[in-house]
Amino acid sequence: MKHLFSQNDIDICVVGGGPAGLEAAIVAAELGAKVLIIDDNPVLGGQLIKQTHKFFGSKAHYCGVRGIDIARVLAGKAIELGISVMNNATVVGYYDDDILGVLHDDTLSAVKAKRYVIATGASENMLAFDNADLPGVYGAGAVQTMMNVFGVVPGKRAVAIGSGNIGLIVPYQLLQAGVEVAAIVEIMDRVGGYYVHAAKIKRCGVPIYLKHTIVAAQGKDRVEAAVISKVGPDYSCLLGTEMTIACDIILIAIGLSPLCDLLYHAGCRIDYIPELGGNVPYHDENMMTSRPNIYVCGDLACIEEASTAMLEGRIAGARACESLFGKGSEEDAVADEAAHELEVIRQSPFEARIVSGKKQRERDIIR
Amino acid sequence: MSDYIVDHPILKFERGKKVKFFFEGREIEGYEDQPIAAALHAAGIRVLSYSEKLGRPRGFFCAVGKCSSCLMEVDGRGNVMVCMEPLREGMQVRRQKGRGKV
Ligand SMILES: Cc1cc2nc3c(=O)[nH]c(=O)nc-3n(C[C@H](O)[C@H](O)[C@H](O)COP(=O)(O)OP(=O)(O)OC[C@H]3O[C@@H](n4cnc5c(N)ncnc54)[C@H](O)[C@@H]3O)c2cc1C
Repeated sequence: MKHLFSQNDIDICVVGGGPAGLEAAIVAAELGAKVLIIDDNPVLGGQLIKQTHKFFGSKAHYCGVRGIDIARVLAGKAIELGISVMNNATVVGYYDDDILGVLHDDTLSAVKAKRYVIATGASENMLAFDNADLPGVYGAGAVQTMMNVFGVVPGKRAVAIGSGNIGLIVPYQLLQAGVEVAAIVEIMDRVGGYYVHAAKIKRCGVPIYLKHTIVAAQGKDRVEAAVISKVGPDYSCLLGTEMTIACDIILIAIGLSPLCDLLYHAGCRIDYIPELGGNVPYHDENMMTSRPNIYVCGDLACIEEASTAMLEGRIAGARACESLFGKGSEEDAVADEAAHELEVIRQSPFEARIVSGKKQRERDIIR
Repeated sequence: MSDYIVDHPILKFERGKKVKFFFEGREIEGYEDQPIAAALHAAGIRVLSYSEKLGRPRGFFCAVGKCSSCLMEVDGRGNVMVCMEPLREGMQVRRQKGRGKV
């Protein structure tokens, strides 16, 4: 393996250039660390590069700004600060002696840094139903990538499964791209995402079928229809309530799972906490994992949202610096401020699940 | 090349130069540097491979290089993740059947 960067060159290596990783990198560079960001996309920004809608959140966190523009601001800051960036580079393994294997241009190279901040985000969950493997059954994020990043019309008529924020926002963006949305299907008895997003899509005449689920995709070698059905109180399908909806894409928006692979390689402790997204890395209030040289933040640490991902990133970046340079007031100030803002955001009723998941982990530690 | 978004209320798309490539030996146009999967999708091609045991048609799922549902044979090399691999002039792209050859 070719050695690209060694400990002498890099204090902190950030894996993943989404909002969490970018904030961690920016804070660390501002505190004087030599930082490298590795990301597998051609541009920095992670999920933000496909989010054309204006963001929610607090005043200080780009509320009212489109995701694509937040990505530009953060990436610009990173470049301004002289942070090294490897784009189109995938970290494929965490090896002995704390070395990362990085695949770039068909070549595997080694990167070694004194501290790692892992901010790899999450991947979309799949759902099992008849013919779920037919071409045209896509992750909602995939459809968003196709239309908003690649500029390709993803289909003619869509059915979305799941009414969380992603399941509400992506259909709205489909309408903006000229794609018809036949239905949004939600198994629960209420919409999962924010009321405003639901109201917006309803105003456009898109029906939201509550207490319904998908039972099958139909089509020969691509999706031609979705079969949905009503569910009973135990969420099983009620026979005789099936309805066939013609469509050529089915969007799966039922949730995300943290991309923990590198932490498994490194031997970090992973806990199963459904409220946080399933298997999630253990971390303390400094975002440090069970290994003192590895920090985590963002969707990898818990499936949440961009504003909280950025705040966690700030804590991770500042605390990683602190562990390198010794305790300083600047590091404390940055991390404490971010921790306080996180606390405020997590007082919202929408965050109750996250808070209960975090508490569960604390209880597990004491036990 | 019909299935590209031209007028969008928020976004403007910058595309690379037009290039020709081959899908199953048939000449198709795409834009340089866009992921191969995007060029194929825009050309109306949805089936990217056939599954190993039952030969079922497969397309992409995540489009961000995470799920391995879009592996194809590119220039004779198997298991190329076409949702990430940039398109180049003259590429030979084929549907992968079962496991890829290295
Ligand atoms: C449709 C949609 C709408 C949303 N709307 C909102 C909203 O309105 N408000 C809000 O606050 N949040 C919203 N979110 C959530 C928000 O986008 C995420 O919570 C946030 O992007 C998480 O940031 P992150 O940095 O942890 O991960 P990501 O943004 O996913 O970034 C991770 C990066 O790491 C890269 N990566 C992963 N593994 C590797 C590897 N091995 N090697 C190299 N690179 C790797 C990824 O490709 C990616 O670029 C939305 C999400 C979606 C999908």
